[in-house]
Amino acid sequence: MKFGVIVFPGSNCDHDAWYAVSNNLGRPAEYIWHDSHSLGDVDAVILPGGFSYGDYLRCGAIAKFSPVMAAVRRFAEDGGLVIGICNGFQILVETGLLPGALIRNRNLRFICKPVELKVQTVDSPFTNAAGKGQSLCLPIAHGEGCYYADERTLDELEAEDRVAFRYVRNPNGSLRDIAGILNRERNVLGMMPHPERATEPLMGCRDGLVVFQSMAAALAYRS
Amino acid sequence: MKARVYVSLKSTVLDPQGQTVKSALGSLGYKSIADVRQGKFFEIALEPGTLPEKARGEIDTIAREVLTNPVIEEYRIEFSD
Repeated sequence: MKFGVIVFPGSNCDHDAWYAVSNNLGRPAEYIWHDSHSLGDVDAVILPGGFSYGDYLRCGAIAKFSPVMAAVRRFAEDGGLVIGICNGFQILVETGLLPGALIRNRNLRFICKPVELKVQTVDSPFTNAAGKGQSLCLPIAHGEGCYYADERTLDELEAEDRVAFRYVRNPNGSLRDIAGILNRERNVLGMMPHPERATEPLMGCRDGLVVFQSMAAALAYRS
Repeated sequence: MKARVYVSLKSTVLDPQGQTVKSALGSLGYKSIADVRQGKFFEIALEPGTLPEKARGEIDTIAREVLTNPVIEEYRIEFSD
């Protein structure tokens, strides 16, 4: 089982994601450059955090037109596991693989601190190793992390059990305290907090490892 | 020929930047300001000789698919010579 970490110009959590998977999860990971038309033989894709293409125009707006995103879209449509973290989440909503949008934080500030989340569903390949309602402490680091969607979409996300994580104390104004969501098929997850930055005791805690362990368990179950 | 594309947040989407500008104006003593919404403005120059019909179609596509995120934003286009 191999993880692919997509690298855009301006990605800056690509190494963190690679390290979390290869060192702390103990699975192979490789980098995939943004102008690649193929994902090779990877079994899961990580869209890392950062400032792809300088976040010009809108966060994730330019990245969605990169060649690799066409490949990621096909991979996701074929049921492949895709996780977008922070800027990766912004890219996923821009491409339409996830609903809604991420807009400027309510207080206009770039917020960089650990926050407490609650796991809302364990019925997903990204949370199956966690407990429902489990509390996770993960770092956030974003200026545009306020999750927005219209009421109908928000109702739909809740009715279909697609809210993966909620903030305990909402840091950015996200509607209904949403920190992470799933697509309808449950094989694509977007989340603003950084699980890869909390995968060993030296990082403060290893609460984020459960996300990658869940993915590994889901992939093992599939094969 | 030039196209001007104005991109603004939909009225249903909270605009914290506009709110901050509004409250700053209030504290500067401008009491008549009821609301401020902040947006983006693109001035796009077209190659000389571009057919107006073609330009209109292209700029509309660009505004819709690239310059705005339809989930949160809307746009308006003006053309000038």
